[in-house]
Amino acid sequence: MASMRDIKRRKTSISSTQQITKAMKLVSTVKLQKAKNKAEETTPYFRYMYQTVCSMLAKAGNIDHLYLRESASDQKGIIVITSNRGLAGGYNSNIIRLITGSDIPLESAKIYTVGRKGQEALARKGYHMESDYSDVMEAPTYEDAQAISKEVLSAYAKGEIGEIYLAYTHFKNTVSHEPTLLRLLPVQVKEEDLAANDADLLMNFEPNEEEALDMIIPKYITSLIYGALVEAVASENGARMQAMDSATSNAEDMINDLSLKYNRARQGSITQELTEIIAGAEAIS
Amino acid sequence: MADNLFQVEIITPDRIFYRGQASMIEFTTTEGEIGVFKDHIPLTTVLAPGIVTITEADGAKKAVVHAGFAEILGEKVTLLAEVAEWPEEIDLERARKAEDRARERLNRKDADLDVARAELALKRALARQDILA
Repeated sequence: MASMRDIKRRKTSISSTQQITKAMKLVSTVKLQKAKNKAEETTPYFRYMYQTVCSMLAKAGNIDHLYLRESASDQKGIIVITSNRGLAGGYNSNIIRLITGSDIPLESAKIYTVGRKGQEALARKGYHMESDYSDVMEAPTYEDAQAISKEVLSAYAKGEIGEIYLAYTHFKNTVSHEPTLLRLLPVQVKEEDLAANDADLLMNFEPNEEEALDMIIPKYITSLIYGALVEAVASENGARMQAMDSATSNAEDMINDLSLKYNRARQGSITQELTEIIAGAEAIS
Repeated sequence: MADNLFQVEIITPDRIFYRGQASMIEFTTTEGEIGVFKDHIPLTTVLAPGIVTITEADGAKKAVVHAGFAEILGEKVTLLAEVAEWPEEIDLERARKAEDRARERLNRKDADLDVARAELALKRALARQDILA
């Protein structure tokens, strides 16, 4: 049996860890609230953007456009959104696993990272790292999303990459977050969303369809990236809150367990001392 | 009067900037200025930096939008703007400085100058000042 002093030392160390995890949980709860509100405010813009793009594509018919057709290059650009800090449970490793487990081979992937954790992990696995935007993760703005989309779109226009993917954690609700891999370009919309549009309603474009698509698709991509950044922040804090919550309750369990052991050890030593005194007294008399 | 109103929404990435009923909306597109009444033909058009005037039943409201596009359907007009500001949110001093910077860049005529970008910046600065003038 461990000595009383060892048990006591262990207990103190666990309870100070517990204080840290408890504080981290509170901090990420507050951050989650903020990030969640922000994510909710972004949703209408994104939804309209998606609807408009769907209706444009439905009405534009089989227009041949750079952003719509399959590209010759087999290189694939992937924007990977993770966090800068760890201690968020499986949050970062889920995204990494999503990429390594996808059918995109290592040689043909060019990675654009947002978030240091993803950057480190993918670089270690030998992926080709194109550029890193980790600094924006603290407080992503629309301008940051514009910078990212500008870079990937110009690589796409030059033919350096043939497809653009976005890997991020979709924020479903406070407890449920889903790692998602989404193809940005060539533009891909759900069939049923296309069919939902009334193709008979004649939409006019000004300037012409092609120029309008030229302007609107980059904005669509930017809005997707921005939405993903904002949702990722919310998911990160949600994941950290859960991880820290279970860490705190685990620490609680361990402390209870150790208290019991400590009390037993103390009682044991008292009993032993008593037995020794009694035995000694009997020996004398 | 009530039957010539239509739904107007101006949405930016950060918020729903405006939502209401209007009898007319005027704004600037890349092709020129446009005024929209109820039952306009369906039109999708690209916005240029400029002033949006929303004529409501009881007066007009003005705002500045920069970049984005508008979807006009008979009963409803949706403006998806990357940035939109009410006049009281604009920092006039900053807009003046931005104007000077943009003009300076355009005058310098560097080889690597992004003319389209500098012109856009100039247009934005001018639109911000116009609405306060």
